Amino acid sequence: MFFVRVNMTDRTFKVEETPAAYKYLGGRGLTSNVIANEVSPLCHALGPNNKLVFSPGILTGTSAPTSARISIGGKSPLTGGIKESNAGTSWAADLGVMNIQGLVIEGQPAEKGQYWGISVIWDGKPKVEFFDATQYTGKVLSEIYPAMYAKFSDKVSVCSIGMAAEHGYSNSGVVFNDMKKRPTRYSGRGGLGAVMASKGLKFIVLNRAGAPGMQIVDKALFEEGRKEMISALRTHAVTKPKGALNSYGTAVLINILNEAGGLPTRNFSSGRFKGAPMIAGEAIFESNKTRKGKEVYNHSCSPGCIIQCSNTVYDAQGEEITSCLEYESAWSLGADCEIDNLDDVALMNALCNDYGLDTIETGTTIAVAMEAGVIPFGDSKGAINLIHEMGKGTPQGRILGAGTATTGRVYGMTRVPVVKGQSMPAYEPRAIKGIGITYATSTMGADHTAGYTIAPEIMGVMGKQDPLSSEGKAALSRAFQATTAFLDSTGHCLFIAFAILDIASGYQGMVDEINGVFGTSWTAEDILKQGGDILKVERKFNEEAGIGKEADRVPEFMKTEPLPPHNTVFDVSDDTLDSVFGEL
Amino acid sequence: MLKIKVKLYATLSSFLGDVASGTPVEMDMPAESTLGSLVELLKLPLDEVKICFVNGHIVELEQVLKEGDEVGIFPPVGGG
Repeated sequence: MFFVRVNMTDRTFKVEETPAAYKYLGGRGLTSNVIANEVSPLCHALGPNNKLVFSPGILTGTSAPTSARISIGGKSPLTGGIKESNAGTSWAADLGVMNIQGLVIEGQPAEKGQYWGISVIWDGKPKVEFFDATQYTGKVLSEIYPAMYAKFSDKVSVCSIGMAAEHGYSNSGVVFNDMKKRPTRYSGRGGLGAVMASKGLKFIVLNRAGAPGMQIVDKALFEEGRKEMISALRTHAVTKPKGALNSYGTAVLINILNEAGGLPTRNFSSGRFKGAPMIAGEAIFESNKTRKGKEVYNHSCSPGCIIQCSNTVYDAQGEEITSCLEYESAWSLGADCEIDNLDDVALMNALCNDYGLDTIETGTTIAVAMEAGVIPFGDSKGAINLIHEMGKGTPQGRILGAGTATTGRVYGMTRVPVVKGQSMPAYEPRAIKGIGITYATSTMGADHTAGYTIAPEIMGVMGKQDPLSSEGKAALSRAFQATTAFLDSTGHCLFIAFAILDIASGYQGMVDEINGVFGTSWTAEDILKQGGDILKVERKFNEEAGIGKEADRVPEFMKTEPLPPHNTVFDVSDDTLDSVFGEL
Repeated sequence: MLKIKVKLYATLSSFLGDVASGTPVEMDMPAESTLGSLVELLKLPLDEVKICFVNGHIVELEQVLKEGDEVGIFPPVGGG
């Protein structure tokens, strides 16, 4: 396997064997270790000393199901700490097939306003070619993606950044192609798009033609594991064909979180939204059925996924508005802004994809701006306009593009739902205590995927735990965070967890897949320990960046303002929060 | 008798007839009815009944219903 280092200061590259220390790492495990080893925690996230590391998961590029995730690591301009953000895309699989374990973008060009693209091809080993990409800046992504396929071939995979990143926004993602070559699959959180832009890098185009494919040491063991994983995913009620995810997409969660009183509404001032059913997965399914004249089931974001949870939202004429509208996006651009117009929410999602904005951060920022009186709550047309302002880079747009925390500060607001500068996703900590502990303590800032305790707290996956109680939740969050750090390293989508946490043979299947690839004999306990080790590396980086346990707190208003309908506050003590990492 | 409101979601919604998912429907139940007896009355397939709420709290099928209760019933769902 190879490490490819691209130096953007002088546009040169180096291809080397993967260093021994990284041989058994992939995805988040690899990106976080490289960043911790090579990037000063005190560097400026947008300066020449930050790096951007791309790594496919351990299984990415193999035939393991639902395993085409790419991790990107770097120091985040949004949180000031370490960041790993992952996405599902053919681009990830291609990197694995080309045997590139780490792609490291370094340095910074002296030329301001100039952008380059790189094309990575296979020539006995990976080879990098540079091209001028300045002409593609200042345009929406849906306009420039077709130009890349025309320039190279329709067999390539394309990674890019949008205008949000070019403006240097802390709210800017890195985008990858979906299965229809659309720029829609995002490593959205934490502003890594701006890091890529700061290096003058607009595109990374992968052409896998001639590449050898992933090496698997013990093919029989890998096959055995793969079959168990497929069986678990096809059996579990959440992940099976025509199950909840395949029929209704992730937005199926809108109604259940609303019912639980944990759907953050009107800038985190209520746990219930009257308009919830109108923006829910069921509404999307029914609307599509009416407008297309047939039931439309969801599709996969990346090759080899058998869960297939990505939806498409169609307008009254049957034309596509956006794909995919996730739960998080339907919530942030909908409920949190009190917007119940599904078509407008879908359009806002499409605009975020076009400008290169993180949908979560965008929605929570607009909600704070609404509370500040910039536009009224529920004003979908006004919200659409604000997203255009962000894309254009007007003074108003730039304030919003800096993220929820900055917008709150600019307008002097106190109800600003962020941890470590990153805004909270679609679960209310006052109504669901475990996820609040994850938000508070995660190395990533407020991040639901970092330790998804929602599984037992709301969905009844891996047992049932009362969401309103904080008892035992620090241990629960710690275990989920450690397991997730490893899952994010495998290349598997986090959604396999629904199946393998309930079906033991599926969990063993994942262990066997990995042992098959590496020729190792790791156990389930080894994996949990490795996940914990990744967290410790990330935590150390953050502490050296000045982000210690004092930053592991939810905003004050959540401890003092009771949240309807349960009228509860976030009553988890600081000692309990500190025990998450203290006892790791 | 006691009056309750019932909301069925996702794949279960068709069991209340031709109403959109999550539409509240008023029902009369004998006093001391349990959530389990409601599930039986609605003919919901037991393996499809995963999470039940009464007034926003997750409860089990043994829960005894009271006048004015709002019930929400979900099949297995997931996402993130």
